Amino acid sequence: MPTSLSLKELSKKEELFSPGHRLCSGCGAPIVVKMVLLAAQYPVIAANATGCLEVSSCISEYTAWKIPWIHSAFANAAATISGIETMYRSLKKQGKIKERIKFIAFGGDGGTYDIGFQSLSGAMERGHDMIYICYDNGAYMNTGIQRSSATPFGADTTTCPAGTEIPGKLQQRKDLTRIMAAHGIPYVAQASPSHWPDLMKKVRKALDIKGPKFLNIIAPCNRGWRSQTNDAIRLSRLAVETCYWPLYEIEDGITKVTFTPKDKKDLMRFLKPQGRFKHMFTSENEWMLIAAQAQVDENWARLLQDQENTAPPLGQPENLNWQ
Amino acid sequence: MKTWKEVTPGAVITEPGSSRKFKTGSWRAFRPRWIPENCIQCLLCWIYCPDMAIKVKDSKRGEFDYDYCKGCGLCALECPGKKGNKAIVMEEVGK
Amino acid sequence: MHRKIAATGNEAVANAMRIANPDVCGAYPITPATEIMQRFTSFVSNGQVNTEMVLAESEHSAMSACIGAAAAGGRVATATSSQGLAFMWEMLFIASGLRLPIVMGVANRALSAPINIHGDHSDAMGARDCGWIQLFSENAQEAFDNMLQAFRIAEHMDVRLPVMVGMDGFITSHSIQTMEWIDDETASKFIGEYKAVSPMLDIKHPVSYGPLILTDMYMEYRKAHEHVMSGVPKAVLEVAKEFEKISGRSYGLLEKYKLDDAEVAIVVMSSAAGTTKEVVDQFRENGVKAGVLKPRLFRPFPYAEIREALKHVKAVAVLDRADCFGGSHGPLYLDIAAAMYQSAERPLIINKIFGLGGRDYMPVHAENVLKELVQIAKDGKINSAKEYIGVRE
Repeated sequence: MPTSLSLKELSKKEELFSPGHRLCSGCGAPIVVKMVLLAAQYPVIAANATGCLEVSSCISEYTAWKIPWIHSAFANAAATISGIETMYRSLKKQGKIKERIKFIAFGGDGGTYDIGFQSLSGAMERGHDMIYICYDNGAYMNTGIQRSSATPFGADTTTCPAGTEIPGKLQQRKDLTRIMAAHGIPYVAQASPSHWPDLMKKVRKALDIKGPKFLNIIAPCNRGWRSQTNDAIRLSRLAVETCYWPLYEIEDGITKVTFTPKDKKDLMRFLKPQGRFKHMFTSENEWMLIAAQAQVDENWARLLQDQENTAPPLGQPENLNWQ
Repeated sequence: MKTWKEVTPGAVITEPGSSRKFKTGSWRAFRPRWIPENCIQCLLCWIYCPDMAIKVKDSKRGEFDYDYCKGCGLCALECPGKKGNKAIVMEEVGK
Repeated sequence: MHRKIAATGNEAVANAMRIANPDVCGAYPITPATEIMQRFTSFVSNGQVNTEMVLAESEHSAMSACIGAAAAGGRVATATSSQGLAFMWEMLFIASGLRLPIVMGVANRALSAPINIHGDHSDAMGARDCGWIQLFSENAQEAFDNMLQAFRIAEHMDVRLPVMVGMDGFITSHSIQTMEWIDDETASKFIGEYKAVSPMLDIKHPVSYGPLILTDMYMEYRKAHEHVMSGVPKAVLEVAKEFEKISGRSYGLLEKYKLDDAEVAIVVMSSAAGTTKEVVDQFRENGVKAGVLKPRLFRPFPYAEIREALKHVKAVAVLDRADCFGGSHGPLYLDIAAAMYQSAERPLIINKIFGLGGRDYMPVHAENVLKELVQIAKDGKINSAKEYIGVRE
């Protein structure tokens, strides 16, 4: 029986991610990892793409991980875990392993949306029984806050700085969650550490499903976001409440919003506390706030429409099994 | 420090959780103080702490683990407290 | 026990892999190695091996999957060539740095640009510093034998390093040659069971692979790797000795052909060595004391053994089937010269670049080189330190 999703019960679980890691004070990534590992109802093995989480959690002779873990390179967390999962299947088939083990790949948005995209797509397509978890902090943070395709519109980064000619990132974010859903994999979801029961339920659901799963989790970075050291949870909550980071899941093609804010807040509430957007709060850049809000609204409306379009007919949804 | 003869093959680390040997508490500029009278034992501080720096025993939180607490202040901000009184306050180190 | 058959290099390598029965194979097709995997996956589909395949979407991912699988704790093998090897370049260093005993067949092929699918050594040479053990095979028999031994060398407890076994693309990979199989039972017993070291699938003893290492420790890890590499020749010879018992074929770190009393010699690897040996036989009939040195273990390079083998020779031509860009000498020449530099007694050495992009190496080329060496041995005059042979001037 998996531990019930109450903090009191979860607090009795063995810690699988140890303190002493070198992630920045107030970083969102270790919160995400901790929650994922607390939720996991099976033994897990993880592969990790190069990035903040990887270098800070395993350095020199110190490792924060109390599960088997591997970092091999930047572009290949998904390919690496594919190999591990395949070895598990091979040895299990040969009767050399009896335990039930689950496989997780961790990658930042850099190692997932961009350089790791190919290997992620390949792994998902091949149908490995794994879950890929992206901790999305919206830029290549580890190398000093360079833009990624996950960086929000308008953000100031070190490779698209907000200058007099070019006011920050001019492309809209890549919607990786929907791209992953388009792979036809059995489960895809977005989550936030601010809404930890929702996050944990999604992790558990994913781990119970056989096949490739993808979880995109927002992980605020106070350095890159130029925000306060203490507001990682507050900002991820605002991300959800402004519908910048909607919480939803797509299971076997059926979209379900798992949290609907009672009052959808203006995107500005999420942007204002972050220094990386401060150049947008001028009269000449007002168009950027309007464009950003419009995109968030469009995405949210589309999400609600998808939910309506894919809702199963009255009664139980089809029990579709992945292979 | 280890000589080349003593390092592990492939730099594989065989001691899980060995990061505990590295005390990040020295990073602090602000230090949290727990006020038990205002604590409703919701454990939100525990779940939100990025550094696993809140000791919990028998489902109840106890003192901070100052060996690792980096003083980020997340716990203090998220603490619901009792009747508007926070159970965690951040105090500047050295003051 | 042994069956004489006609087979291509690819068929030989695929069957050696079948006998080794890897637990996982992560691969991506590329000419001329593609056929290895095609044959191998038919073994998989027909249940002749336990292997689970990862049909990766690129070579970089193929090697990444191999690395994950090997770290997880089982036997892993794959095959590639040229651009594929180049694409997985960063992962090669990682595989060896993590001390994972992956075995890879490489049908050596030229590197782009210009894109060329034919045989030369530029792919393996480009990867010679990556910390893998490199063996070169003259023909299908050697490719088969080297692949079988590669698993034992890689998995040797004093080694635990990945091994790449090269054979000339198309020339060896695709030509049908006579060779001898070793029966499955004997060969697989020779390879033995896989023993895992720090397997990730042992969840009771969680390990972390791939930490960040800083300036204070990186060099110690490199030195440790270097030290392990220095013990490889011993393991290679040990395995070869055991292999001789089951095959009747003797292997060393290199092959000396009529070299002991040679006054002139050609140093050459892979299939061209076969042609060269034939021409050397002719020259011997005409009273010329010619010989061939064919390195088999290229990485780690057997400097001491080569020094011993060549020091008495008067004139040597090193034939490279790859060049180092930038007006330098070819890679094999550089290692041979480095080996000989330490010897007070040493031959005059010239460098010939041949056979690039599958350009044929004909007996007449070997004849011309030997004639030149005879002249150098006589009057000590080198006309050209480095020359491309077989190219249109």
